[in-house]
Amino acid sequence: MSNAVITLDADARQDSLWRLTWRSFRRHRLALFSLVLLVVLGTLALFAHQIAPYNPNDIDPRNPLVVRGTPQPPSLEHPFGTDNYNRDLFSRALYGMRVSLGVGFMAMLISIIVGVLVGAVAGYAGGMVDNVLMRVVDVFLSVPSFILFLALNAILDPSIWNLILILGFFSWMDVARLVRAEFMALKERDYMLAARAVGAQSRRLILHHLLPNALSPIVVAATLVVPSAILSESALSYIGLGVPPPDASLGNMLEDAKAWMLTAWWMWVVPGALISIIVLAFNFVGDGLRDAFDPTLTRR
Amino acid sequence: MTRFLIRRVVQTIPLLIGISILAFLIIRLAPGDPTVVYIDPNKPPPSAEDLARLRADLGIDDPLPVQYVRWLGNAVQGDLGFSLSGRRPVTDEIGERLPNTALLGFTSLALTVILAIPVGILSAIYRYTVFDYVITVVSFIGLSVPGFVVALFLIQVFAVELGWLPSTGMHDVRENYEGWRAVRDVAEHLVLPTIALSAASIARWARYQRSSLLDVLNQDYIRTARAKGARERRVLRVHALRNALLPMITIGGLSIPQLVSGAFIIEFVFGWPGMGRLAVNAALRRDYPVIMGVTMISAIFIVLGNFLADLAYHWADPRIRYE
Repeated sequence: MSNAVITLDADARQDSLWRLTWRSFRRHRLALFSLVLLVVLGTLALFAHQIAPYNPNDIDPRNPLVVRGTPQPPSLEHPFGTDNYNRDLFSRALYGMRVSLGVGFMAMLISIIVGVLVGAVAGYAGGMVDNVLMRVVDVFLSVPSFILFLALNAILDPSIWNLILILGFFSWMDVARLVRAEFMALKERDYMLAARAVGAQSRRLILHHLLPNALSPIVVAATLVVPSAILSESALSYIGLGVPPPDASLGNMLEDAKAWMLTAWWMWVVPGALISIIVLAFNFVGDGLRDAFDPTLTRR
Repeated sequence: MTRFLIRRVVQTIPLLIGISILAFLIIRLAPGDPTVVYIDPNKPPPSAEDLARLRADLGIDDPLPVQYVRWLGNAVQGDLGFSLSGRRPVTDEIGERLPNTALLGFTSLALTVILAIPVGILSAIYRYTVFDYVITVVSFIGLSVPGFVVALFLIQVFAVELGWLPSTGMHDVRENYEGWRAVRDVAEHLVLPTIALSAASIARWARYQRSSLLDVLNQDYIRTARAKGARERRVLRVHALRNALLPMITIGGLSIPQLVSGAFIIEFVFGWPGMGRLAVNAALRRDYPVIMGVTMISAIFIVLGNFLADLAYHWADPRIRYE
């Protein structure tokens, strides 16, 4: 900080938004730790196939443990124990994390695409268009979405892709509102007038002048879509209307545990703890990003 | 005030219609045939004419807009159609379950208010102390552990290990209690679902209350009050708290949809005989009229909650004038 004044000219060009954000994000220790944790968990999930010691869905019908259907407590052989089909819970947890994180990220992508589209059109066009689109946002915000998740999952064939689409199309509203607000505020700025004066078209105005400036709220809102999608996925899978078996997701591992709650605590503690840790970490990263993006906030 | 009221009520009507159109479209996207639910598998399959008559009776062959307008016309008159699987009016099915869900919802809301607001206030007053850090950690845990995992944990500890409280249902089916004993029985069944349902909202409200009070405490008028020599107690009670409580009204309105969704899954875990279980069963059986009915009744509660929050805000903050 002390030599900032002297090297201002040289530094100013390099200090992009991302660099500034990263610098400030690093100071948020909990957020940084959460990010590292998520990267580690994400890598484990991504390479589940290489890491998992057992096939997650493998059921050996000749194994007496399977025949008796007794879950095995954690041991050296099975660090997280096994379920009632003698499936290795460590392997299932790796694959389950892959599915849950994947569902969360894909839902986030959909929410960004839809949210940016709706928010940009509403904020840029204003007037009647804005009014109509915002009422649509209101409808989506007040609809009891969980019932429709239930209905849709029951109606459509149960599949991971349907689940992703459903979750994504019910989580774009925050992004849309933020993009709209940002566009409304930015479009009256002088630099927009200047861009228009030199003859920039709407397309260019939106893509080059408005959207990049609205990026930080989009990133924060999108980060927070992931944990809520993961929570919804797990709740739906727990009911039996989410990721179809035998594939593992953190939610349907909890469903498998339902009948064994009283006798095999590890069956629900493993997926339950993983969901909570992932959701918590995403919330911390979201908080850290929000603070890092906000130049008015002073660190205590 | 009257004008504001009227305008606010009028605004909710297109919102409810929009919600019903969205729900109707989504539910009718279904490729399946709803008449399947009516067919008794133990009897010989119905003839083609019978099926056609059934379809005509149900009005399924009409164009979607016609079906929607018919549904809306009936719904406005309090007729939500006929449950395909329950073989009785949807309003009867919902009417039976609604009080149970309302009981669970209001108890949770009350618990949230009673716990979260004082905890948030204390957390802000004693900010950056051990107490504040403990509350922060606990509330982040509350925010991130899914409600139904909290439920599983509670069942494991308090129902299984300790055996203090019942884990399923609303009544003890082995006994036939009456009077006060029956009330106590329901109350005992209510404890665990209420805690599981409130955990996340207690955490969220406490966080908001803490940051809202911190915001207010940094305002200039608080410094002025202190400079005048007002005691800290007075600064808090007269100057800070009233303003810090205002944003909580908005949070209250906004958390109703989460409360409704949360109640559905919690009811499922605890076997609580409310609308959530009704909706899950209806979804599994593709019972469209029931799904539609539950969606709309829940939507009315959500919209009503937001409306009440607006009113409360209006009443509590004289600076706001809706004209």
